[in-house]
Amino acid sequence: MDYGYFPGCSLHSTAKEFNISTKAVCDEIDIKLKEIDDWVCCGATPAHNTKEELGIALPYSNLLSASGQGLDNVVAPCAACYNRLKTAKHHVNNSETIKNRMTEILGDEINTDIKVFHVLELLRDEYGYEKLKTMVKKPLKDLKVACYYGCLLVRPTDVVNFDDPEDPVSMDDLVTVTGAQPVQWSHKTECCGASHAIPQTNVVLELVRRILNAAKIAGADCIAVACPLCHVNLDMRQSQINNEFMTEFKTPILYITQLVALSLGVDYKKLGFESHFNEPFTLLKEKGII
Amino acid sequence: MARVGVFVCHCGENIARTVDCSSVAERASKLRDVVYSVDYKYMCSDPGQTLIKDAVKKYELTGVVIASCSPLMHEKTFRRAVSEAGLNPFLCEMANIREHCSWVHEDKEDATQKAFDLIRIMVEKVKRNHPLQPIRIPVTRRAMVIGGGVAGIQASLDIADGGRQVVLVEKSPSIGGHMAQLSETFPTLDCSQCILTPKMVSVNSHKNIKLYTYSEVESVEGYIGNFEVTIRKKARYVDDTKCTGCGICQQKCPMKKIPGEFNTGLGKRTAIYVPFPQAVPNIPVIDKENCTYFKTGKCKACEKFCDRKAIDFEQKDEFIKEKVGAIVVATGYDLYSIKKEQNFPTVKGYGEYGYGKYPDVINSLQFERLLSASGPTFGEVKRPSDGKTPETVVFIQCVGSRDDAKGISYCSKICCMYTAKHTMLYKHKVHNGKAFVFYMDIRSAGKNYDEFVRRAIEEDEAVYLRGRVSKIYQEGDKLIVKGADTLSGTQVEIAADLVVLATAMTAQSDIVPLAQKLGVGYDKYHFLSEAHPKLRPVETNSAGIFLAGACQAPKDIPEAVAQASAAASKVLGLCSSEELEREPYVATVNETTCAGCGFCITACPYQAIERKEIKNRNGEVLKTVASVNHGVCQGCGTCLSICRSKSIDLAGFTDEEVYAEIDAMFA
Repeated sequence: MDYGYFPGCSLHSTAKEFNISTKAVCDEIDIKLKEIDDWVCCGATPAHNTKEELGIALPYSNLLSASGQGLDNVVAPCAACYNRLKTAKHHVNNSETIKNRMTEILGDEINTDIKVFHVLELLRDEYGYEKLKTMVKKPLKDLKVACYYGCLLVRPTDVVNFDDPEDPVSMDDLVTVTGAQPVQWSHKTECCGASHAIPQTNVVLELVRRILNAAKIAGADCIAVACPLCHVNLDMRQSQINNEFMTEFKTPILYITQLVALSLGVDYKKLGFESHFNEPFTLLKEKGII
Repeated sequence: MARVGVFVCHCGENIARTVDCSSVAERASKLRDVVYSVDYKYMCSDPGQTLIKDAVKKYELTGVVIASCSPLMHEKTFRRAVSEAGLNPFLCEMANIREHCSWVHEDKEDATQKAFDLIRIMVEKVKRNHPLQPIRIPVTRRAMVIGGGVAGIQASLDIADGGRQVVLVEKSPSIGGHMAQLSETFPTLDCSQCILTPKMVSVNSHKNIKLYTYSEVESVEGYIGNFEVTIRKKARYVDDTKCTGCGICQQKCPMKKIPGEFNTGLGKRTAIYVPFPQAVPNIPVIDKENCTYFKTGKCKACEKFCDRKAIDFEQKDEFIKEKVGAIVVATGYDLYSIKKEQNFPTVKGYGEYGYGKYPDVINSLQFERLLSASGPTFGEVKRPSDGKTPETVVFIQCVGSRDDAKGISYCSKICCMYTAKHTMLYKHKVHNGKAFVFYMDIRSAGKNYDEFVRRAIEEDEAVYLRGRVSKIYQEGDKLIVKGADTLSGTQVEIAADLVVLATAMTAQSDIVPLAQKLGVGYDKYHFLSEAHPKLRPVETNSAGIFLAGACQAPKDIPEAVAQASAAASKVLGLCSSEELEREPYVATVNETTCAGCGFCITACPYQAIERKEIKNRNGEVLKTVASVNHGVCQGCGTCLSICRSKSIDLAGFTDEEVYAEIDAMFA
């Protein structure tokens, strides 16, 4: 079965490594991803902040495109895209008014059976962690990873409904599958400040400082993320934070799919690590992973 | 030939203002079979009743219709009156022209016509009424109390002092319940065990109380006045006729590190144990799951050292049958477990507070044990992780309670009071300590309760912050508590040494099987249902079964004790004579036409119908029919509606009588 692939705006640009590593993982375990033809932006924050209808129509049009191409199962790695796609589906399924309005706007028969998955869900539910474990060729021993879920992946619960909102474990369990050790830490689901990074950078600097600090206290070597904005905020802002707060953070921020790919034996040079602000090579060499 | 008398009451202005009573009485006198009709200002008064009695005798009435208030008000009054005049009381009916007419209508003409119609309908019914006799059932004048907490103890003592025998069944090894776990009680700060243990000892030594501890109710048969309860007396592996409670076995037991239930997991106990030093009875129990002998076949240290030879590893559970006339359920409460993993499918956990993850986030009962002189830290406030004395303690109210998102909508009633108490006791023990309380409201509605909370704030300097806590996490050896102070509109972050969560009171997790055995209803939270929340708070819809204490709803000790005494008084009333009289509104089966299909048996909400075999002289079964137990039947009429062959009828509301009313309505 082909899974419809919805990269969203970031995976082809600022989150290239997420794109590359997700595809690498799916290649290794034989999951067929087919990028949806002619997809459009999911709307992210600007759309639903401007007009609710726009915020639902944009992502829903992508679901309809996918369905029209015979792709009834859509994978969206970006947490924001995932959240918007699921929200759109949730609203259409639960409100006749919204459903009718969408039919009016998009002019198509609404297909309510389209399934939306995040990469974590794909690996956990569609493929299975047990099965994935058997495919691991290079366990990432001795690597301590703090799993950062951010906000959009696990909330609101009745929309996304795939893990506990206060203490999720799907990423932690995946890290265990790769052979690395997930650490117990306090800021798994604390907000990083998201798009406040542009208009109110100081807010993001403080929030990210707390996250980086908590990971450090918990003894993590690196932080795993599953969202491009989380990655940007945690990775790109570390030097600014160090300047502002006299700290010395140099924590590699890795996409969970990069870790999985490494454990499956994919060549590290093909996973986009060179794009990171905080280079992970030193750490990976130290742990004997590369 | 019927001779009906109609009596129309003015009820002062209550009826007369809207209904023209004299014209109604006049029109009623012209109804067929009505031989006397009169109106009067106050029928229920002495002269009014005399009027009725005289009329019954003078006009030789065979039926009486009183058009006045609701039967719930005065049916008993009027029936007593006609009975004194020599007429069967069930030949007296009431037409409610007050609550159903004058009180709910304004148009005088319409209301008067309606009043006349109501009388007309009742006349048709009463003509067809049968004279009925109250039903008498024998009563076993003993009671059972299930649950030995403060409510069960109080109920047992009151019933026993009232001269009736009580069988008290408690599932844990000792009576005392949750109250025995408390340190001091609000609002007096009396030491909880000091006020409870004398009652516990009284229970054990009372000549009218038979105490079964470490026992559970296995099954319940019978009905009001005649219950037969099978009790499972679980094997203690200690012979309670030989044990003196010397305690040597507990000293010698090598398994010393089992987390104790009484100390809420904060302290350790041995495999052979009494739950607490003041346990009643002071006879230990062997915890089979953790005993070396039961696990490996070795040890038996307790047996070696017991000089009374009271240890008996071969002991089995014993089944004992007790016959009682009334049962009081006083099984108490449990606490919401807070953790992510919940047993109740509709209830969610508070992952954000880290309970179960961080050892220094504890619940209120655990804090009680820390405060208690008989607790795991002997009354010194020491936090579980490292035993240090906490200098900053944060208390959070409403954890679980009043939270639709978590599935518990109700208020647990006691937490505002005990949290204030906790801040005070904490301050009395740790003079430099700072206590912070995050609250939504302060509910301190009892006698001296609000003054108590003010004392905590004004004298013992507890800082009360109105707001919720969003998250708690560990940073070093402190717990960071992130909350809000809505009165000043700021965010608050407190680095605490210890966090105490005021947890919701819930029903016992295993109450449903017992409720089903007793036939007692329960709500969606599994709290047992009272018969009427305002007027019948200690009765249930199962005749002869009463409730007391927190099993019915969250409440504090004074209320539990009051309810227990109330239940006891109901029991003593029930047991006050050899026989019980009840209204004769019971269903009866026409055994000739009954096909024995059994639909009525399934339909009866009170399980009052049974199968009965009809045999011929040779003992051969001719047919099986339904048979109604007149002691249990509540006269609801469900069986009548479901019977396919019209073989069952309800005394006092027979098909004939009721159809006559309906016909009259449309005449």
